[in-house]
Amino acid sequence: MSSAVNAGVSAVLESRVSHGLWSDAFRRLMRNRPAIVGLVCIVVFVGAAILAPIIAPYGPLEGTLAARLQAPSWQHLMGTDLQGRDVFTRILYGAQISLQVGVISVLMALLMGGFVGALAGGIGGRVDAVLMRATDVLLAIPGILLAIGIIAWLDRGMTQLMLAIAITYSPIFARLLRGSLLALRETDYVIASRSVGASRGRLLLRHMLPNALTPLIVQATLVLATAIIDIAGLGFLGLGPPDPRTPEWGTMLTDARRFLQQAPHLVLFPGAAIVISAIGFNLLGDGLRESLDPKMKR
Amino acid sequence: MLKYTVRRLLAAIPVLIGLSMVLFAFVHLLPGDPCRAILGQHATPEACARLRENLGLDLPLWQQYLSYVGDLLRGDFGSSIINNKPVLTEFASRFPGTVELSIAALLFAVGVGIPLGRLAARHAQGWTDGIVTVISLFGISIPVFVLGLVLVYVFAVQLQWLPTQGRIDARAAADLKIVTNFMLVDTLLAGRLDLFVDAVRHLILPAIALGSIPLAIIARITRAAVLDVSNEDYVRTARAKGLKERRVDDRHVMRNAWLPVITVIGLQVGGLLGGAVLTETVFSWTGVGRWVVDAIGNRDYFVVQGAVMIFALIFLVVNLLVDIGYAYLNPRIRYS
Repeated sequence: MSSAVNAGVSAVLESRVSHGLWSDAFRRLMRNRPAIVGLVCIVVFVGAAILAPIIAPYGPLEGTLAARLQAPSWQHLMGTDLQGRDVFTRILYGAQISLQVGVISVLMALLMGGFVGALAGGIGGRVDAVLMRATDVLLAIPGILLAIGIIAWLDRGMTQLMLAIAITYSPIFARLLRGSLLALRETDYVIASRSVGASRGRLLLRHMLPNALTPLIVQATLVLATAIIDIAGLGFLGLGPPDPRTPEWGTMLTDARRFLQQAPHLVLFPGAAIVISAIGFNLLGDGLRESLDPKMKR
Repeated sequence: MLKYTVRRLLAAIPVLIGLSMVLFAFVHLLPGDPCRAILGQHATPEACARLRENLGLDLPLWQQYLSYVGDLLRGDFGSSIINNKPVLTEFASRFPGTVELSIAALLFAVGVGIPLGRLAARHAQGWTDGIVTVISLFGISIPVFVLGLVLVYVFAVQLQWLPTQGRIDARAAADLKIVTNFMLVDTLLAGRLDLFVDAVRHLILPAIALGSIPLAIIARITRAAVLDVSNEDYVRTARAKGLKERRVDDRHVMRNAWLPVITVIGLQVGGLLGGAVLTETVFSWTGVGRWVVDAIGNRDYFVVQGAVMIFALIFLVVNLLVDIGYAYLNPRIRYS
């Protein structure tokens, strides 16, 4: 009898153990309806980017002046632009650019900011003071203005664009990671492993960093939404990809402004594409925050 | 309080030094040949020599930096390479346009955002809450320039209720005396009510576009703050002693929910200055934002350098004021 109970208990324990933080979080995420909507938006966005060469009816640069500024029709689902290019095709290819620039620049921001934050929070003292003042300097320049300045300095280009976005957002990650590390320094398990003689590097890499990752992941998702908006904003200001023919969503809107009356579809569709992808990452970020933090009230 | 203010002021000094280094590097350490970058590919050797002398590019770097800081301390933020006008004067003549727009946007955001947040909190988890959540989700997800273009299309092009661009009808205001460069103030000073109304009509769409993000954030924070406070014991006590719901809300809930809301409102200022760059471009609004973007197009590095410095200074001062105001309202910060 008692062995049967024991077996039952250990089975329950095992089944509990087999669900790690991530699988638990995933199950909570799948029960979160707004997060699912966000995921659907992201799937559409990523799908458009990946499948662009297959599903796009035309080439992104292909068009004749005779077919310019046409309203949406069966031939051109989202109409044509100033050069007679198919807007639907360009939006699909634009997803590639936004996805690529967005993901790479946020990853770069995460790495740069994470490195600075880990140094500041892990070492502390003077290193912390100097690094945090440096992030203060970057934070003193209002968001997109910093990115604009960096592009002005480095000249226009795809790499420059990514770097500008990455530098603009890196202080957020640096501060966040530093804050988590400082809080973790005082937790029981870190004090315990410090007292048994774990080295500083081991403490940081094995015990503190893994526990500080969740807020970073949540923030990175939310920043991706803002980054996509900022990339489009820079494109709109003419500071995006150096080739003006590039099908970038923000760059597409620059022309649209002058033809608002004749061709409102030139604003509507690229605008909707930006909004849908930003909504996707905002909803997913919020959902992740709720599901990764079990203590959080819904 | 004084001690706190002094401490915050002192903390701003290293940031200012760092900022001056970054902006110094912006012009003096331009990648490649600074002369070609600043004056263009076809600059004559004489022009280059003059530029080198003006900038002191042949001096050691630390001397260049010290003279740059010296200029800054004397209030000299450099001059435009295109028209030789001092950056500070140019900035001052355009800044009122940006301030007018930003204040209008902030008023819109606060005026709509706080009631929306309170409404959502009162009906938490209900359909009103759902609608407010969706509004704020759209607010943070729609770029100001997209919203701006959509507003122009609907209200200016289609309905023709409001003008599409500019700060005032240029023809009607040809004889308007510009005193402060705040259109709303100047029109009133001139006693021209018709022009005042015209200026307000020009302000509405850009203010809504620029205010959309702060509105969304303020609504969210207000909702969260009100819900947080609503669970406190003293609110339950207030209800238990039979106070009217309205009074509980005003005297017990809002008074304590204000703190995070005010902080967030202060934090929006940087975003407004950044967003103004895009909004001014959409609405051809004469302000600092468009001027900076034009300067970048013209490779007018001194204007960009000076303008970013002034922007950052203003941003730092506003943040300082917000922090001090916050400390004034919340004694727990002051004494920590």
